[in-house]
Amino acid sequence: MKDKLRTYITTELIKDPTYPLTDDEVIMGTLIDSFSLVQVAMFIEDTFGAHFDDSELTVENMGTLNKMVANIQAKLQS
Amino acid sequence: MIKTALTTEIPIRPDRRPATLLDQARWLVETHPDATTIVFVSREGERLITYRAFFHEAARYAYALESAGVRPGDLVVLVLQHSEELLYGFWGAMLLGAVPSIFPFLSDKLDPERYFESVRSLIALSEVKAVITYPDLEPTLRPHLENIPTLGAILNVEHLAPGGDVAAYLARNPAQADDTAFLQHSSGSTGLQKGVMLSHRAVINQVASYSAAIRLSPDDVIASWLPLYHDMGLIAGFMMPVLQKIPLVLMSPFHWVRDPKILLHAITRHRATLCWLPNFAYNFLATRIRDDALQGVDLRSWRAAINCSEPVYAESHRTFAERFVAYGFRPEALTTCYAMAENTFAVTQGGIDAPLTLDVVDRRILMEERRAVPATGDAPAVTMVSCGRPILNCEVRVVDDQRRDLPERHVGEIALRSDSMLTGYYHRPDATAEVMADGWYFTGDMGYLAGGELYITGRKKDLIIVGGKNIYPQDIENLLNDIPGVHPGRTTAFGVPNPQLGTEDIAIIAEVDTEDPEQRAAINREIRARVAQSTEATARYVHLVGPRWLIKTSSGKVARRANREKFLKEVLGQNGGD
Repeated sequence: MKDKLRTYITTELIKDPTYPLTDDEVIMGTLIDSFSLVQVAMFIEDTFGAHFDDSELTVENMGTLNKMVANIQAKLQS
Repeated sequence: MIKTALTTEIPIRPDRRPATLLDQARWLVETHPDATTIVFVSREGERLITYRAFFHEAARYAYALESAGVRPGDLVVLVLQHSEELLYGFWGAMLLGAVPSIFPFLSDKLDPERYFESVRSLIALSEVKAVITYPDLEPTLRPHLENIPTLGAILNVEHLAPGGDVAAYLARNPAQADDTAFLQHSSGSTGLQKGVMLSHRAVINQVASYSAAIRLSPDDVIASWLPLYHDMGLIAGFMMPVLQKIPLVLMSPFHWVRDPKILLHAITRHRATLCWLPNFAYNFLATRIRDDALQGVDLRSWRAAINCSEPVYAESHRTFAERFVAYGFRPEALTTCYAMAENTFAVTQGGIDAPLTLDVVDRRILMEERRAVPATGDAPAVTMVSCGRPILNCEVRVVDDQRRDLPERHVGEIALRSDSMLTGYYHRPDATAEVMADGWYFTGDMGYLAGGELYITGRKKDLIIVGGKNIYPQDIENLLNDIPGVHPGRTTAFGVPNPQLGTEDIAIIAEVDTEDPEQRAAINREIRARVAQSTEATARYVHLVGPRWLIKTSSGKVARRANREKFLKEVLGQNGGD
């Protein structure tokens, strides 16, 4: 899951597949802008079946790869 | 004051212009206190605000400001999010005859230290008299604003002194037609770096002329998610509807960008007829909402979708129309506008009375000879979308670099003269003199005229426009010089069109010595972080290159355009050009 997200973010959003994105690196703001948030949420829903409301698209929830994965897993288990 | 025959006509027209915005406010409160001026849409639902309630709240701010020592003509800065408080604070300052200016709010992306320092220096330099902010920001902001002798007060929206009688304020009439009503921000600048001073007269004239250009009628309803620190949001998405008694359905940009469907549902619920959007929003709306989120959406009421403030892509219009025709959107509702804070807002408007004009021109001649010649045969062509004709009392010229008139279809700098122009840049006579001469304002934007219609080919000196936000490449380059491992002065930044998103991407090239992947990754990260923290935009491409990759001019400066061409060709595999 994490690697799928990493590949998506580096190729589609950062446009640099060689970018060494780490698990704890802050993605939102520095690497992707707010216009990309909805895009990430749609990718997550299509790929993993977890739906996030707009109010959940925050730095606390989605700021890093680790946070994204934890929140997706929490969604899928509930 | 004329009080008859207003049910069928809008109140401010070319033949009926109140002297000041406050005269119009008084008329609205006296004659239409119970009419809805704003429907504020938030996650909690909708709040209807009548003119009475609106100006009652504004009067509380006026009273609090006055109690804090603010007098007519004083500058008041609003450090507030897109909220009702921002609307009331803005009008509250105006009720006093003070001059409000909206400062972009601290977002979680910006570096707080840098942000507060910029707030401090602008407030000190501009002799701001009062700042209005939130309780949660006040404790952090206050220490940064100590020892500024000109600053009288920092007001907190939750602790406003009680009081303020709207009728008493409106009876005072503290402003004359040529007094400054408020400051807007010039493109690419933030805060008060280049505050555009607009008189009451200029704003009223703009509202009269632009309302006529879009055939504004009392049946219209305006929907907007636009930020108010930008002219499109402040004028089209706030001042004009409030002054013209047109209901305004208002959303926050922070809400909309996370949940774009709210705009279309708001248009449906309120039968909205007008909505201004920067070009990227057409692609965003067309591609970032799922079908199931569009259930019940009905866009038949939408008579003009007005594309403004970014270069207009014909392809974005096509994408938008294709997606939303099924929901009742009419392709003939696609219109365009060319606007800038220095003219209060609109300069031209197209597509209202007749479909938008498209001009298919020869790409090579446009690029190399700077002439727009209709394309023939198989020659590579580019489709230019007209921005329409000048609005009433606004003249447009296209001039060469000696400021001499150019013939039709020749690309040059756009100059304008109107009755809604800026008085000048606040505390910046130097900057004012650079762009104004003989009553003309020289925009720095490039374009051509054909058949009386204006076509924009390029914005101010390499300006990058990302999602409606203006960024100067020099500002980005200046951020990068002291990053360890980057050659000082050996960086360049520019915009790269992204047709998929309908906007530009920021690209940065920096010369570095190291070949070490880890060091390069660290430099890459640092560049991205600095750009985000100071511009709130994202650098899409960060391209690190070895020494001597960048092309320089004969005087040793990095040649931004030549490097952009090289990047497009070598890195993105494109043929260059715009």
